Amino acid sequence: MSKYFKGDAAASKQVSSIGDELDKDKNYVGHKNITTLQATPQSSTFDPIERIKYGFKCFKIDEFNKHPDYYSKLAEKQEPKFLIFACSDSRVSPTNILNLRPGEAFMARNIANMVPAFNQLKQAGVGAIIEYAIVALKVEVIFVIGHSRCGGIERLLSLPNVDTSFDFIDDWVSIGQPAKAKVIAQNPCASDEELFTLIEKESVMNSLVNLLSYPYVRTGVADKKLKLMGGHYDFVNGNFQIMEVDYDIKPTIDI
Amino acid sequence: MRLASRLVHSLQKQPFLHTIAVETNQQKPLLISSIMAQSLLGSSPAYRSNFLKSSASTSTISGSKLKFSEIEQTKLGFLRSSKSSLALRLKASREGVGLVQETKENPPKLITKSDDGIDSFAEMKHRFLSFKQQIYLENLERYQSLAEAQAPKFMVISCADSRVCPSYILGFQPGEAFVVRNVANLVPPFENGPCETNAALEFSVNTLEVENILVTGHSCCGGIRALMSMEDEEKSSFIKNWVIVGKEARSNTKATTFNLSFDQQCTHCEKESINNSLMNLLTYPWVKERVAKGLLSIHGGYYNFVDCTYEKWTLDSSSEQETSGYAIKNREFWS
Repeated sequence: MSKYFKGDAAASKQVSSIGDELDKDKNYVGHKNITTLQATPQSSTFDPIERIKYGFKCFKIDEFNKHPDYYSKLAEKQEPKFLIFACSDSRVSPTNILNLRPGEAFMARNIANMVPAFNQLKQAGVGAIIEYAIVALKVEVIFVIGHSRCGGIERLLSLPNVDTSFDFIDDWVSIGQPAKAKVIAQNPCASDEELFTLIEKESVMNSLVNLLSYPYVRTGVADKKLKLMGGHYDFVNGNFQIMEVDYDIKPTIDI
Repeated sequence: MRLASRLVHSLQKQPFLHTIAVETNQQKPLLISSIMAQSLLGSSPAYRSNFLKSSASTSTISGSKLKFSEIEQTKLGFLRSSKSSLALRLKASREGVGLVQETKENPPKLITKSDDGIDSFAEMKHRFLSFKQQIYLENLERYQSLAEAQAPKFMVISCADSRVCPSYILGFQPGEAFVVRNVANLVPPFENGPCETNAALEFSVNTLEVENILVTGHSCCGGIRALMSMEDEEKSSFIKNWVIVGKEARSNTKATTFNLSFDQQCTHCEKESINNSLMNLLTYPWVKERVAKGLLSIHGGYYNFVDCTYEKWTLDSSSEQETSGYAIKNREFWS
């Protein structure tokens, strides 16, 4: 039984939302880029609407209203430098961990931060993100960020020996199959825990390789207008690893 | 292909002030020259909406007044799963809130495109270390607890637009929201087959068992604009093949707003598309089942970043009609 994919029921009862905890902690200094969350009225039951209303209020008062010129310019046009692929995991929002502000990064979030290879018959969702980011927004850096204890990678590692099949999840995480195969082949004696982390990082590399299969990405990299970066956020130990990738794409030779 | 891998910092669980010199809590992100383009995308949406019925209540926080218009519980519209939905004319009272405050603080220092060869690597390193010092280590126990398991109450489907990150505008902290971001915050129906959005939906509903799904759209959405302007004769593209998921929203919009300007039609379609996505959520059997059991609530949200307002509504799951329509309830407008 996988630990992270299934979501341990007991652990989930103990884990309270950081937001709720912070609301009660008057000493908490809010993250600089987001808002300084102020204490909310004590409430024994969670009201989702109150939660997002409170978050929006804080954003409006602490950020939007304090920088009207900036936000009015942003409303006219966005010009992000980054396209970021990050996992949907609630713990790894790049906005939180990298202090990103509105306007800086066009962001795709999916399970296990994967980028499938160029395929015009399917995966139009990811294709649309890449196409829009490069052709319309002309981003300069594509940053793929993986993370520790990724449920999607754990699922990939478990396949095909699983009790329940998830049609959509299994189809999606199979994008990382080349990464899994490579890591297992190269590390025959590794434990599951070690394989887990290795595949998380290799999957980032696999996604970067898949990015190059998109014609406009390849052109951008060859023309040195586009840079590819990989990252891995380890929230267990509080580390961040960055991988810069150099590609040497030479002009074609006519024979 | 040559791979260069650098380990930023392998920090132990001890104050890392010992290893690098960092500034105090007042440090700001590294200054990057910020040159904002002056060109305009186009005219801002001029469409103003007014709610049919509204009652306003005020609350005061830190000397600022915010007004919230709450809509009485009425069946404002039906969302039909198969046929075109009724035109959902959204009318909100636009009252001045007087919250714009010009301060002497410097505007945020940004990473933007520039010609002077910004070192993206160095900037990311700086940003992460700031986060680690000021947030992660200051709340270590909470982060360690979170590392064991996540139990978010929300699944959020949001646009990839750089201006609308839900972590920022709705203040989601680590652990609170499982987030999917795609072009135009679309949810394709079950019969379209696997994609990244419904894979995430499957995980969040069946495994994480989130209690709320929020589909949040926004103003000036490039994806919706592409949906509204595309012609059949155009060459196929990824964007076209993706936004076509919202084609029902487009046809509803064109049928009901033909007398409005194109910008106004796009605004209408942005909201229509959210409702279309909410209905598409219900095509997934495991979503519909949990909604019927009262274990899952489905919400729509719309962020207008021109005025900084947020509109929100909830699907009324008890109101399923024989014609497969749903009502919405608890519409609120925050300005």
